[in-house]
Amino acid sequence: MKRRSFIAAALGLPLLARAQAQSREDFFNSFDTDGLVKSVTGGRSAQRGRVNLELPLLADNGNSVPMKVSVESPMTEADHVKTLRLLSERNPERAMAVFHLGPRAGVAEVSSRVRLAGTQRVVALAEMSDGSLYMGTADVVVTLSACLDGAG
Amino acid sequence: MVARVQVPKDARRGEVIRIGILIQHPMETGYRLDSANQKVPKNAIRRFSCRYNGAEIFSAEMSPGIAANPFLQFATRAAESGTLEFSWVDDEGEQGSATEPIKVT
Repeated sequence: MKRRSFIAAALGLPLLARAQAQSREDFFNSFDTDGLVKSVTGGRSAQRGRVNLELPLLADNGNSVPMKVSVESPMTEADHVKTLRLLSERNPERAMAVFHLGPRAGVAEVSSRVRLAGTQRVVALAEMSDGSLYMGTADVVVTLSACLDGAG
Repeated sequence: MVARVQVPKDARRGEVIRIGILIQHPMETGYRLDSANQKVPKNAIRRFSCRYNGAEIFSAEMSPGIAANPFLQFATRAAESGTLEFSWVDDEGEQGSATEPIKVT
């Protein structure tokens, strides 16, 4: 490598790193979360908030990723979470699970372990007893994807 | 199908308790290949339900998006002593169940 081109490359590096940092954010934002939500709600959008989806920032193995979702709700007869959906932006099956809760739950909290086919944004969608929709999302970097065999 | 259930042995009336269950099941995705390079058909626990003295307190519809040997933890308010009944069915129609007593003081 010529000295001149080396210097040019060295100067370019920080810029490149910055462009990549930008693209990570862009990557997660590139998912059509609203479209995904609408596909299961019959065209209704969900408000952000009240739903807290806990997933690790980095999952080494997509075959089993611990997940916890909780919703801010008094869980009374008049005001409770009816259903809680887990949606994936990248799994072959978009609807991962549906949980049915009720006022007898006391708190709106469900834990499980999920499969993730690649780095993606995961959505937890809650339908309240009054029909309103709330969602929370989590961005997970998956090193080893689930469902690799014959998926392509 | 074997399952392991976690329920507190005794609880106070009105207290929120956590119930956990771990079911032995491969949750086949339908994408995996066997040793003969044939696709293993999709087979996941489709429906799971938990009843507290006969009344359903929690149910779930699952897909292969839930990891093999599915683990579920949810909450309920301890109401009265009795039994918790768990039942589930997979895509091949195989059913499983478990029961666990609960003492409420």
